[in-house]
Amino acid sequence: MFLYRTKRTLKLGIKSLWLHRLRSTLTALGIIFGVASVIAMLAIGEGASRDAMAQIARLGSLNIIVKTVQPSEDQHATGQQQSFQEYGLTYDDAERFRNSIPGVQVIVPVRRVAHQAWYRNRKIPVEVIGTVPWHLETSPIRLVMGRFLSGYDMDYKQDICIIDERVMNELFKFDAPLEQFIKIGSDYYSVVGIVSTQPIAVSSEQQEAKNVEATKKQAGANAGNIYIPLTTAKNRFGEMSIQASSSAGRRVEKVELQEIIVKVADADLVLPTRDILQTVLERFHKKNDYELTVPLELLEQAKRTQRIFSIVLGSIAAISLLVGGIGIMNIMLATVSERTREIGIRRALGARKKDIIFQFLSETLLLTFAGGILGIFFGCTIPFFVTHFGNMPTVITASSLLLSFGISGAVGIAFGMYPAYRAANMDPIESLRHE
Amino acid sequence: MEQPRDKTLDFTSDGHILVFDKLCKNYQLGSVELKVLREIDLVVKKGDYLAVMGPSGSGKSTLLNLIGCLDRPSSGKYYLGGHDVSTLDDNELSAIRGRHIGFVFQSFNLISQLNVLENIEVPMFYQGMSEHRSKVRAIELAEMVGLGDRVNHRPTELSGGQQQRVAIARSLANDPLIILADEPTGNLDSQSGRDILNILDMLYQQGKTLIIITHDEDIAKHSQREIRLFDGRIDKQWYNR
Repeated sequence: MFLYRTKRTLKLGIKSLWLHRLRSTLTALGIIFGVASVIAMLAIGEGASRDAMAQIARLGSLNIIVKTVQPSEDQHATGQQQSFQEYGLTYDDAERFRNSIPGVQVIVPVRRVAHQAWYRNRKIPVEVIGTVPWHLETSPIRLVMGRFLSGYDMDYKQDICIIDERVMNELFKFDAPLEQFIKIGSDYYSVVGIVSTQPIAVSSEQQEAKNVEATKKQAGANAGNIYIPLTTAKNRFGEMSIQASSSAGRRVEKVELQEIIVKVADADLVLPTRDILQTVLERFHKKNDYELTVPLELLEQAKRTQRIFSIVLGSIAAISLLVGGIGIMNIMLATVSERTREIGIRRALGARKKDIIFQFLSETLLLTFAGGILGIFFGCTIPFFVTHFGNMPTVITASSLLLSFGISGAVGIAFGMYPAYRAANMDPIESLRHE
Repeated sequence: MEQPRDKTLDFTSDGHILVFDKLCKNYQLGSVELKVLREIDLVVKKGDYLAVMGPSGSGKSTLLNLIGCLDRPSSGKYYLGGHDVSTLDDNELSAIRGRHIGFVFQSFNLISQLNVLENIEVPMFYQGMSEHRSKVRAIELAEMVGLGDRVNHRPTELSGGQQQRVAIARSLANDPLIILADEPTGNLDSQSGRDILNILDMLYQQGKTLIIITHDEDIAKHSQREIRLFDGRIDKQWYNR
């Protein structure tokens, strides 16, 4: 019974919408664009957010990165020019981390030296990274060929090196790199392995191909990384570095380690461990010559930022839906006054107020649902084009489809109700006389 | 539709389909109260064919609205089929209209988006009749008024006389107590007008109760009983046959 009534009413609605095809289409356009923009904007926002997450996740969400930074001059320079500076993380720090902090799985002390690498007559600037065999556990880079460092290399300070793919491409244009010798400074190192290039944090995977040139410029100083045993690095390069500075002639700096990466076993341990590290470091480093980076924290910060971003985009789109809804209400009011006489006839023939409400509301709902479905269709194609031509990642989530469809339904009810009420509350005698 | 039956009033016996008991209708025009109908007493029996006459401004339209349950009286009682309908709310009045009153208007008032069959089905739809039954009934009625071959036409494709026949068929859809016709031939040429009057005569002979509102003496002659309204009162009434 109810079903039959609904069916008849919907049939009638479709009929009268079909009678005014152009008007119905134009009216639905507001909803179509509204829904499409909600979906598209949420998809773009979600895509950007996942992209950012992925970049941060590459740093390792279980890692805590402690970096050496040069303490600012005014902190300790008391008038006299210092020509010798000692700062930064030390081997002792690494040892302390290992001994004092529970839940720590891996500690990777890293020594970085900018240098030049030679192969035959080719020379490129590189960053020489003195590290330990378990470096790969904390890094997104992976072994492509050969092997990484071993305990033996560490213990016996072997003159070997692992190069990344960028170095390989620059130095070994024609030769197979393994077992060849690279000259760094005055020493020769045998190449035993190739690793993938460390991804640059700002570029996404899709952009990487396009951005190679920009990346090269960015990297500028060094064309790639060369990994050698930490012990070898300590021996060969020492801890001193001499810099020529314009005002005071020379300056000597002593830095033991540039970086210590601490990896914990579980995501819950990241923040407590960070606090412990902070305390330990504060005790031994009065100069404030270190910097703690927690990718997990960055990740959460990025999530918060992205949420705001999504909310802003979503509300802009929701406003466009609202405008669409107002458009619908406008047209429905016009329709109601145009069909005053029909309303009068129906009332005389036994239609109750709620029958009239139902009739006009169903027309509005038909419009918004049809608009919603078309809007979802367009909303799904827009992100496709954005991804294809704009090189931006987009993700359409099921919840955004449901959300926009739900909103369009709600808009239909909200903005259909008033015209329907007006129709129902017209005086039947007046409406029958209406021309 | 079940209506509470008012048992205290014995003059609403079964033969009396419509009873007006001191029915008044006033309109408030600014500060002036306009008395359109003054204490109308009227009884219509089952099978009556009543013509309501009167010059314009005599209260014919107001009477029509009251009989048709489109309006409520200011005072007095209106019993339709034994039920007091003068105090019903909008929903109940709608139901009474759909169930017990069959309207025939001067300007036909068909719904232009619907074809003949669908137009006849409208009152049945609002009474909740099943799809199949209402279709069968609509075809039956269309054949009765001689439009069995045009059931799929739109009102705009029909002549005035044909449209009015559709309207009569529609008014019969729920087998109402009263068929209420307001100047049913007013917009028609004389031949079509005669056809319509013949159909109304036929309905009278079948025992339907008709109330026809007109200012045309010739049409009124068809009726069994005439009422002349003047200045909101029943001026004269007499029987034709």
